[in-house]
Amino acid sequence: MKLEIITVLILLSPFVGFLINGLFGKNLPKSLVGIIGCGALLASFIGTAALFFKDATGVIHLFNFLEIGTFKAEIALQIDHLSLMMMLIITGIGFLIHVYSIGYMHDDAGYHKFFAYLNLFVFSMLTLVMGASYLLMFFGWEGVGLCSYLLIGFWFKNQDYNDAAKKAFIMNRVGDLGFLMGMFGLYQFVGSLEFTKVMAFDFSSVPTHSLVLITMCLFIGAMGKSAQLPLYTWLPDAMAGPTPVSALIHAATMVTAGIYMIVRSNVFFSLAPFTMEFIAIIGLATALFAGSIALYQKDIKKVLAYSTVSQLGYMFLALGVGAFTSGMFHLMTHAFFKALLFLGAGSVIHAMSGEQDITKMGGLAKKIPITFWTFTIGVLAIVGFPFTSGFVSKDEILVAVYNHNKIYFVLAFIGALMTIFYMLRMYFLTFFGTFRGTHEQEHHLHESPLTMTLPLMILAALSLLGGFIQLPALVHGTPHLNEFLSAIVPSKPEAEEGMFGIYLLVATIIGLAAIYFVTKKKFVVNSYNAEYSGIGKVLENKYYVDEAYEFLFVKPTMAASKLWADVADNKIIDGMVFMAGKSVTWMGTTFKYMQNGLVGSYIFMMVCAIVIIVGLNLMRVFHVYPF
Amino acid sequence: MNLLILILVPLITAIAVFLMRNKEQVKWTAFAGASIQLILSLFLFKAFNDARAAGNTAQMLFEQQTALFKSWNISLHLGVDGISVAMILLTSFVVVAGVLMSWKVEKMTKEFYFLLILLSMGAYGFFISLDLFVLFFFLEIAVIPKYLLIGIWGSGKKEYSANKLALMLMGGSALVLVGMFGLYFGGGKSFDIIQLSNIHIPVATQKICFPLLFAGFGVFTALFPFHTWTPDGHSSAPTAGSMFLAGISMKLGGYGCLRVATYLMPEGAVEYSNIVIVLSAIAVLYGSFATMMQKDFKYINAYSSVSHCGFVLLGIGMLTKVAITGAVMQMVSHGVMTALFFAVIGIIYERTHTRQIDEMGGLLKVMPFTATILFVIGLCSLGLPGLSGFVAEMTIFMGSWERTDMFHRAITIAATMSIVVTAVYILRAIGQVAMGPIKAEYLHLTDATWNEKLATMILLIGILAIGLAPFWLNNLVSPGAEIIMQKIQLAK
Repeated sequence: MKLEIITVLILLSPFVGFLINGLFGKNLPKSLVGIIGCGALLASFIGTAALFFKDATGVIHLFNFLEIGTFKAEIALQIDHLSLMMMLIITGIGFLIHVYSIGYMHDDAGYHKFFAYLNLFVFSMLTLVMGASYLLMFFGWEGVGLCSYLLIGFWFKNQDYNDAAKKAFIMNRVGDLGFLMGMFGLYQFVGSLEFTKVMAFDFSSVPTHSLVLITMCLFIGAMGKSAQLPLYTWLPDAMAGPTPVSALIHAATMVTAGIYMIVRSNVFFSLAPFTMEFIAIIGLATALFAGSIALYQKDIKKVLAYSTVSQLGYMFLALGVGAFTSGMFHLMTHAFFKALLFLGAGSVIHAMSGEQDITKMGGLAKKIPITFWTFTIGVLAIVGFPFTSGFVSKDEILVAVYNHNKIYFVLAFIGALMTIFYMLRMYFLTFFGTFRGTHEQEHHLHESPLTMTLPLMILAALSLLGGFIQLPALVHGTPHLNEFLSAIVPSKPEAEEGMFGIYLLVATIIGLAAIYFVTKKKFVVNSYNAEYSGIGKVLENKYYVDEAYEFLFVKPTMAASKLWADVADNKIIDGMVFMAGKSVTWMGTTFKYMQNGLVGSYIFMMVCAIVIIVGLNLMRVFHVYPF
Repeated sequence: MNLLILILVPLITAIAVFLMRNKEQVKWTAFAGASIQLILSLFLFKAFNDARAAGNTAQMLFEQQTALFKSWNISLHLGVDGISVAMILLTSFVVVAGVLMSWKVEKMTKEFYFLLILLSMGAYGFFISLDLFVLFFFLEIAVIPKYLLIGIWGSGKKEYSANKLALMLMGGSALVLVGMFGLYFGGGKSFDIIQLSNIHIPVATQKICFPLLFAGFGVFTALFPFHTWTPDGHSSAPTAGSMFLAGISMKLGGYGCLRVATYLMPEGAVEYSNIVIVLSAIAVLYGSFATMMQKDFKYINAYSSVSHCGFVLLGIGMLTKVAITGAVMQMVSHGVMTALFFAVIGIIYERTHTRQIDEMGGLLKVMPFTATILFVIGLCSLGLPGLSGFVAEMTIFMGSWERTDMFHRAITIAATMSIVVTAVYILRAIGQVAMGPIKAEYLHLTDATWNEKLATMILLIGILAIGLAPFWLNNLVSPGAEIIMQKIQLAK
């Protein structure tokens, strides 16, 4: 098959799946719905793998979207190593999560709808990474936002879930506004939105302040989509969606779109040092902020959500210090282990009959062994246990940060310690100690079916071994990823300092220390089951950011809108309209008295008029002007 | 093709409707007439494209001229360019959908359909006229039935709304009339648009007549601060009335602003463009802000229309080719979109008997088809790529961005902000209507009937055709925008 056809099929296959399940899914048997949903993804994955092994690259022009004078927008797909990497992650992990959903969503009434939405999401996400221009990227960008909205509000009868969905969409919209502005600015200077033209453009002709503005605007878009400070609060709320959605959209793929966009644009981002520094600071601040909140959360999915926000912060930190490949590397390994953790959490929730509070779990290790062991690997990977994937990728980021700025490094290291604490806390509360749930829940405890555990095992293997594609030179590894992405991200000439291992040492020590505390049972039941006070209460309530936003933005806007509609429009503007109407009526009622039918008054008015006219004429004749 | 047929078909349909004996005959006659007109306008679209492809580069195609009053130099001068063809296509789609949506009108059915068809004739005539006098005549034909439609078949405070709407639109027409005579006496003693465009109208005349004509037509398209007829008028009108009002009538104004005011008086347009831009940006933001806390579903779409029509005038006021093309695309897009929105509101209202969104909820469960359409239309309104609203607004933004000075840049950014506000009010409305827990009394509700489904599908096709493959509309419109731009370039 020709490469063009394969490429188009990769994109269209999930869309066809969406159409079939969306239009006819109601009347199809559940097994067929699942097969169509997963099959669409498998086809995409096989196609992507074929492109990968053939090492195919190129731009495929489909059709002209718009052409008005100088403004030309084309629908074209671009296959290069960056998009291939994203496509592999999206279709590969996407496929596993689809398979998992067969088991997880089996008893849900909206089974077909779920697969339809999920396929639509993959289609949008593929559009985002395969598009050959910022415009098409924006198509995908908005498309994934829509799917995220639909899937967060999947159980639409619950008003809280709807509010969470709405919040996600609107916060993303704020970011999209930035993306749009950045896009317009880019168009103003480059005259095109196609990647090939933008990358080949000589940015030295663009004034630095304009470049900073453009990159800042684009970064605001990334902040919204990738849940960075201050636009992150939607992501924890987005956990209202079914767990596979959290794994696919809110951990592995959609939220990484911002990182993809910046890596894609690295040519001109690296020419705006102010923005780069800003990205690093925002990333770092987010990593710490979200990490600290995660320390005190009780909902297993909320812990993972804040952990995601924090890890995304690390990726932005890497981009900000210029280590684009490291950011992409961590994106990939994070996709493996965070998908694994979310799916594992889903399996736990499934076993616990819907319970998400970790203080009501405990001792699950023996009851659900496959989930336990795979989850263990996920935890090891995210905390950076030596030679797991998370260890290698996080270490690479820390090395890059160390070379950039020592203070950043110290802070980033503290953030990494927080990761260890909150992950181990959640892990031990869930799987060790005694069972703290109800008797009924204990009775129902069961391991998940194979459709759910098989993806867990595959993801566990990836989380364990995924780091080997990019081992540092110090341990005689080859940085395959650097070479793979070298066409998009120019590799830095300076040699990296041989820091490899420091992180390893400290992480292990602290991990052991944590385990020591756990064996003393202090960690597990006593302190974390209690009501929090002081700083703990603040963290448990997420620094009261939601409340602050409500007070600062939502309430005033709504009040202004009410004022606007009720007073400005109804009273003032409509008032003027009424005035116009009333004045006509007034004139009518006033002047009607002139026509009163009395001959005497007519004569009187006539005489008055004659006097005035004659008087005026006399004045003109004698040049007397009273005014 | 002979353009006269576009006026004759609605006229004959209207007369035929009047001669029919029972309601079924009336409905089917109206539907047949509207369908024939839809086919004709698609045929016109094809004929127009074929003629252009064959190398016919005349400004107006299918021109014909018959003198009406020699002494006043008034003639029935007909002709179309791409912009008119786009507007005719829009009208024919909305009319068919509107006829289908009125299937259940029980009260004075014959008169209702007669007025609907008459109104559509006014719109068709308006879009193909190249003589200001005839154009004005058709404009009035499109206004008067509106008064009766709202006053007789409306709901709520219908008499008040009908009066307000008719008086404000008449006020706009009066301004148009005065401006028209100004052009006649200050220009070339002619009402002919083509003749007037070829002579140079004195700048002094333009400075007086441009604001008159622009504001006059602006009233129709809800130019701030002449927009207050919109919410009341829309909310009191019957479903098809709202569809026609927002889908067609408001576009008469936008078309007039472009074809008459801007095209004939480029110096005036340049002179007043800053005021136009400021007023339309206010309308964009004002409309969207005012929508946020509305509770009546029709008020939501009415204020939202003020905001979206603000984009039309913004595009015209920016005076770049891309922006003007975008403005016309926005007219078409908004026409289809808002007609569909009102159709969906009508479907829901007929079943729930309330338009208060906080009294509804969970309709996705009992009316999946209608609720899905509501979702699509909401997404179109908030500018989701792949649907028509995005294409049009994006084009206007792109065109506005070409004006690089601080003033235009600030206005553009301010207008772009509305995409966030739009998302807020659309999601709020959809969330309250379609999602959430459902009330017990709504559990028995049934989904859309065949005529309602057909009406929504016809309009949905329009939205998708523009949203997914906008090049056909763009190729149609942008040569017309180019001609207008050439005159503006000279004036600059």
